[in-house]
Amino acid sequence: MNTNFTTTPEQDVRAMDAICVNQSEKTHPLYYNLKYMAVGLIFGIIFVKSEVISWFRIQEMFHLQSFHMYGIIGSAIAVGMISIFLIKKLNIKTIYGEKISIADKKFNKGQIYGGLIFGLGWGVTGACPGPLFAQIGIGATVIGVTLLSAIAGTWVYGRFRDRLPH
Amino acid sequence: MCVPANIPFFNYNWKKEVWNLFFVFGIFLGGIIAATLLANPEPVAVHPELAKELATYGITNYDSLIPTQIMNWGQLFTLKGFLLIVVGGFMVGFGTRYAGGCTSGHAIMGISNLQLPSLIATICFMLGGFVMSNWLLPIILSL
Repeated sequence: MNTNFTTTPEQDVRAMDAICVNQSEKTHPLYYNLKYMAVGLIFGIIFVKSEVISWFRIQEMFHLQSFHMYGIIGSAIAVGMISIFLIKKLNIKTIYGEKISIADKKFNKGQIYGGLIFGLGWGVTGACPGPLFAQIGIGATVIGVTLLSAIAGTWVYGRFRDRLPH
Repeated sequence: MCVPANIPFFNYNWKKEVWNLFFVFGIFLGGIIAATLLANPEPVAVHPELAKELATYGITNYDSLIPTQIMNWGQLFTLKGFLLIVVGGFMVGFGTRYAGGCTSGHAIMGISNLQLPSLIATICFMLGGFVMSNWLLPIILSL
């Protein structure tokens, strides 16, 4: 299924969307993916305990009433910078021994239009894509509808991307 | 994953991407564990000024990290609930894809890697959020 790469080369589409252009070249059995589930599980617990998934914390951030979210995002950027610096400096490989290369992002107008639309959605749902899963996990089952709607949004983007300004 | 149209954007080797389904399922499980085994009995922390403002829209319950009084299955079929839950979700998904990343991909990893497009995207995320939270959300909550 879906092997028609002639119209738009897979690599170009993926590079534009910055999705896994530098994925592992190796093929592994499905259960190898369980380690990603373990990382996700820890990430999910931290999402809840740090209140990143709190609708109220997001509103505080946009009302400039609390340093909370700025502190979390800021320290995550600091950790990311140090990590990328160390990965490049020490030429750290993946657990499968492959080189880690991080593709540069190319500017397109989607970052402005899409960014503004995402921001509006963020301000109203109080969640970016990852936290939606944790919100469902804590028992807010109606957020499952938000998630399905978000997935529908990505599909609509894919359907009409040729006609959208980039 | 079967997508209902042969669109180039979706023509990728999904088996290579299946790790992210495991990852988000882990986030879901993490949410369950945090809410059960590691549950916090205290009410959700909220700035008093914000609590005062939200009270004017009838939001007074701080048992959950999401405002359950406006986001629940009953509210889903009201205009307010539809805007908050369905339209909001659509904007999150559509906007994230259009921008080529979200808070993780652009704000955290992109800025960490000193990518100017990511900084531009992050500024737009924040701008959209400020506009929604301060000007549009009060209108929606008044519905």
